[in-house]
Amino acid sequence: MTSNIGQKPPLWRDDRFWRIAIQVLFVLVVIGVVAWLGTNLSRNIQRQAIKLGFDFLQDQAKFGIGDTPIPYKATDPYSYALLIGLANSLRVMVFGIILTTIVGITAGIASFSDNWLVSKLSLLYVEIVRNTPLLLQLLFWYFGIFFQLPKLSEKIQLPGSIFLSKRGIYIPWPPFTTQLFLWLVVLLVGAIAAVLIWQWRTKVMVEQAQSGQPQLIALIAIAIAAVLIIIIGFGWQRPQVLDTGNIEGGLRLTIEFCALLAGLVFYTGAFIAEIVRAGIQSVQKGQWEAARSLGLKSGLAMRLVIFPQALRVIIPSLNSQYMNLAKNSSLASAIGYSDIYSIAQTTFNQAGHEIEIIVVIIPLTYLTINLIISFVMNLLNRTVQLQER
Amino acid sequence: MTTVNSQPPELAPPPELQVNPVTWIKKNLFNTWYNSILTVSVLWFLFVTVKGLITWATTEAQWDVIKLNFRLFFVGTYPATENWRPWLILGIIVFLSGITWGVLARNVPTLFSRNVLIALVISATILVLFPVAIPYRLLLLGIVVLLVASAWGAQQVAKTQPKLGNWLPLAWFIALLIFLWLLGGGLGLKQVSTNQWGGLLLNVLAAVVSILICFPLGVLLALGRQSTLPVVRGFSILYIELIRGLPLIAILFMGQVIIPLFLPPGMRPDRVLRAIIGLTLFSAAYLAENVRGGLQSIPTGQIEAAKALGLNTPLSVGLIVLPQALKAVIPAIVGQFISLFQDTTLLFVVGLVELLGIGDSIFAQAKFETPYQEVYLFDGVLFWLFCYAMSTASRRLEKQLNVDH
Repeated sequence: MTSNIGQKPPLWRDDRFWRIAIQVLFVLVVIGVVAWLGTNLSRNIQRQAIKLGFDFLQDQAKFGIGDTPIPYKATDPYSYALLIGLANSLRVMVFGIILTTIVGITAGIASFSDNWLVSKLSLLYVEIVRNTPLLLQLLFWYFGIFFQLPKLSEKIQLPGSIFLSKRGIYIPWPPFTTQLFLWLVVLLVGAIAAVLIWQWRTKVMVEQAQSGQPQLIALIAIAIAAVLIIIIGFGWQRPQVLDTGNIEGGLRLTIEFCALLAGLVFYTGAFIAEIVRAGIQSVQKGQWEAARSLGLKSGLAMRLVIFPQALRVIIPSLNSQYMNLAKNSSLASAIGYSDIYSIAQTTFNQAGHEIEIIVVIIPLTYLTINLIISFVMNLLNRTVQLQER
Repeated sequence: MTTVNSQPPELAPPPELQVNPVTWIKKNLFNTWYNSILTVSVLWFLFVTVKGLITWATTEAQWDVIKLNFRLFFVGTYPATENWRPWLILGIIVFLSGITWGVLARNVPTLFSRNVLIALVISATILVLFPVAIPYRLLLLGIVVLLVASAWGAQQVAKTQPKLGNWLPLAWFIALLIFLWLLGGGLGLKQVSTNQWGGLLLNVLAAVVSILICFPLGVLLALGRQSTLPVVRGFSILYIELIRGLPLIAILFMGQVIIPLFLPPGMRPDRVLRAIIGLTLFSAAYLAENVRGGLQSIPTGQIEAAKALGLNTPLSVGLIVLPQALKAVIPAIVGQFISLFQDTTLLFVVGLVELLGIGDSIFAQAKFETPYQEVYLFDGVLFWLFCYAMSTASRRLEKQLNVDH
């Protein structure tokens, strides 16, 4: 035994040697593969006389876009067309994330309802939606539902001057003016004040055992003011039917946008429902019992005791669902909605430059969007996590 | 008074609740005023939609579209003279499934329990009533009989030969190679180019091949991400995060457009293969994250115990850590496979004629006027059946593996 001490082990039995050797080998293999791909690429580029570079972005786009949130002409450059695509994508993502959260949390909580019918309906929804492909659902929403709407001349009118037709869905909408912008700022300030007052109220109720009545009155006053501002201050524009049969005013949502939004929201909503269900189940039963013994009814116990704790489990998974929604919005091209992806596709069908678009522009866009979502969700996550010492 | 109850009173079972329909309805549907409102509105909603659906399905829907295009839905434009090849493949799949079922259920006293019998009778009835020509109905019925017979036979054999189960994965793998040969031709069979593979066949094939390749790749990436070698770990993280940040459709397009540019001029994989490469690269990154979850759930004590036994790193990972890690994440992995199967529909967007692509070619037929709803509903039912079966099977597997504890 003693003879081994001080004697070096052979090289192939030395862990440190293998650690370095494996990594060097790995780097060599990666460099080899990349070099091989690179030489192939440069040879192919020479052979097919492909020109690289981003100058083409300044050329005229010369194609129409179905859905333009900001004015656009076919003479505008490709870069501007791509910008409109980005705006369209962002529009779907933002509304999609808001609506899918509502749908998902509702369905997730509904599966705990003591109403047999409601809980079974929620399970049915999840089972149907999760076991069919998203693309199929999008096509069904578009061709099966929204495309079946009547022509503009035979439009359907819903109460509240909402019009449904193949040319789009018309809803009342405030016009974009400085006045609207100012009111929005006022609302934002009010919302921040309301949150602060709410926290203050909880604090005095818990720490000083006060009733919290004055703060509650302040909150109600803010709420009434907000409702009044939204109803009167916004200056809602209702869609009007003109003598020519056209509709003017309000907001026109194209059926492509509606189908994409509906498909994404109901698809992602089913996954969020499962996440919410798992989150609520992860809260210990004792918490329910403790809440009950404090005299909280089941609705209040859910809102004040169970759900805040479930959020710790829910939010990390919610993050990846939001990212999935953002990425899945690229399926828009299948139903003819002009998001960033489908405009990029039109661009390289027309102008070529696949390499620049597919290798740089598309990844950059989606990676940036996903990083932003992830960053915001991580901030949110920090506020709900357990604060331990 | 002197009799002593043999059972202590606190262990006596609670009295059975008397459930009659009226109390059940009162308790579950109308226990509070808001639940009553909810129940009534949900019932009304269900009534309206179900009534609308039934009226539509019985009066307006043109189910002929489905009936006349069965072939297209299942095998696409596969040449009609070579029809026997997909049928033979279906036969082999059913035969092997029967054997697998029989072997897995070798210790179950009655293979054909009441529920299984009911399911068999229902599926046989549906197949007999299937609106296709009589010979095909007989063929379908024959396949059900084949399933039952092979399952029963395999169970009998497996009772005496318990080692038989170890050969099943190999049998399936060889069967897959035979399927590829049967479909593609060559070696004595007429060549059928992949352009003619289509419909559900293409979805299933693309999914199976991608699953087979992406599984080892995903496990390697997960091990790489957890490795203590900084270079390997960095590369794995870069790959996983980059791929997970991109939409699948962008990766599939990259596969179709960019892959040929990166290969030498003579090498041009066909379109199906390029799509499969895209699917594989994408799913491997997701699978790696699932497997990483499993690896993280293994306590360090297991690795230390393996080290104490004198196992080196590759052996302790391969024999101790990985089996436990994979077992822990079976549900997540199966979920990933299900979504991979669903993602094969995106091949439609890159111009391959899979199940949704078939829909497009049917809409182009002048015979029918926009049968969108019928076709998409049919596609939906097909996908639903496959995915539901996969998730049920995974739950079963999970339960079976947990019996040991």
